[in-house]
Amino acid sequence: MRKENMMAEIADKNIAAPEVETAERRPLPRWVITTVSVGCLVGFWEIFGRDINPVFGSYPSAIAVAFWELLKAGTLWKALLESLQPFVVGYLLAIVIGIPLGLVIGRFRTAEAALGIYVTAGYAMPLVALVPLLILWLGLGFKVKVSVIFLMALFPICINTWLGVIAVPKTLIEVGKSFVAPNHVILRRIVLPATLPYIMAGVRLAVGRAVVAMVIAEFFTTISGLGAVIINSANNFDTATMFVPIILLMLMAIGLNSLIGYVERKVAPWQAEIAGRERE
Amino acid sequence: MGEVTFHDVSKRFALRVDGQVHHVQALDRINFTVRDGEIVALIGPSGCGKTTALRVAMGLDASTGGRVTVDGREVHGCGHDRGMVFQHAELLPWLSALQNVMFGLEMKGLRGGELRDTAEKYLALVGLSDSQNRRPHQLSGGMKQRVGIARALAIDPKVLLMDEPFGALDAQTREALQAELLDIHARTGKTIIFVTHDLDEAVLIADRIVVMRGGKVHDIMTVPLPRPRGDLVDVRGTHEFAETRYKVWRDLHEDESVVH
Ligand SMILES: Nc1ncnc2c1ncn2[C@@H]1O[C@H](COP(=O)(O)OP(=O)(O)O)[C@@H](O)[C@H]1O
Ligand SMILES: [Mg+2]
Repeated sequence: MRKENMMAEIADKNIAAPEVETAERRPLPRWVITTVSVGCLVGFWEIFGRDINPVFGSYPSAIAVAFWELLKAGTLWKALLESLQPFVVGYLLAIVIGIPLGLVIGRFRTAEAALGIYVTAGYAMPLVALVPLLILWLGLGFKVKVSVIFLMALFPICINTWLGVIAVPKTLIEVGKSFVAPNHVILRRIVLPATLPYIMAGVRLAVGRAVVAMVIAEFFTTISGLGAVIINSANNFDTATMFVPIILLMLMAIGLNSLIGYVERKVAPWQAEIAGRERE
Repeated sequence: MGEVTFHDVSKRFALRVDGQVHHVQALDRINFTVRDGEIVALIGPSGCGKTTALRVAMGLDASTGGRVTVDGREVHGCGHDRGMVFQHAELLPWLSALQNVMFGLEMKGLRGGELRDTAEKYLALVGLSDSQNRRPHQLSGGMKQRVGIARALAIDPKVLLMDEPFGALDAQTREALQAELLDIHARTGKTIIFVTHDLDEAVLIADRIVVMRGGKVHDIMTVPLPRPRGDLVDVRGTHEFAETRYKVWRDLHEDESVVH
């Protein structure tokens, strides 16, 4: 008892100071910097965009008006909903299949030798060129859209997971082995959590690719959703309206990214604590 | 029971340097027996095979010759009869101290209340009851190493294998943990094999010291100090401590001038 207390005290002295930061100079909050940055961009665009022929370009206030028109007509919601359905299905499918696939390829030599080559090649696959073929197989509807999105999102998730598994410290796996943990337990309880930061990075990268894939699919299969709005307004030389879905998609990607960041902090809180944000 | 015997154990590593394959004889037919309840220190210059000997005994590496037995049974891979304490604790960073200890116990098949109670008991044994919900990065080096010890002890192995368990700690913490280890040994009577590069630590803690050199057992020395050792500060002042320390030091530095 006495000895333990003494030792615990000694040990406690070595703990890093509690997280009370002495904030002498509080830095600007991130959202302020971001807002100023976006404000400047929109401002410049507004000023110089007006000088351009409205067929060749547009500017924020015109886009805002077009946005309002589309919203009023109900076109935008309908298009967004149409686009989101294959997007969500394809993207989630890529996560559900990409993560286990990456884990298995990273963990087992045989799987890596047998499948790794397809994943590496698949990442560089010129998917646009393959869309006509996919149409022949799957038709023009929902299925082909889901496949295009799935194929674009799958590989960054899978490759990142794979790389993450390779980076897991050998000693952590040896901890599992030393307690006679079976392979599947090591995979699920050591490799998977240790790989989470890589997985989440892959899931983030996949958002951008999935959005691009969605629009490609809408251009090349049944013209529908936000892609249809883009094509129709472009055909009418209505550039301001064309920008509405484009900007909406980019906003959607940003929103999805912060959602993923939120999920990441929930499922892997230790990572944010270890990695910290000690940056300039 | 927990008697560990190295029978003619050899380990050869093949490694590729600049495209050429080299062989390293990390262990060259080592023989010794660690008796049940004994504490044995492995000491020797860096690269002499101490870690390899421990890993072969743990079953993390397979020997390329000879065999290790625990109570007469040959070691093939890891088992719950041996517990490993790693040099840098190697706690799972996403688990709390308590969950880290529970991990080992779960692998042994414990569930429910028994699982939690046992983990708590062993964390208490190393004086960490108040910190059981902290994650590793919220623990000091000494506390991490304590959790590592608790995790290995909790599965109630016959033998505790420790690779420079206190090597990365500051002097004060190291001394506290040395005393604690002796305390735990007095209470549990485990067989302990530990690697160290610290002469004082070897003499203070061990019953016998195995001096290794170049993958071979160079000498085995008995420490003529009584058990329990009592206050380690006092032990340092004894004649026997000084004498043994000097003998091991001589052993380690013998014909050094010839070698170089
Ligand atoms: N995985 C390995 N591959 C190749 N050589 C190794 C490996 N592990 C250890 N060795 C070599 O074996 C010898 C003994 O290493 P080790 O047991 O770690 O020594 P010690 O713990 O006494 O410092 C060293 O020469 C080391 O370079
Ligand atoms: Mg070593």
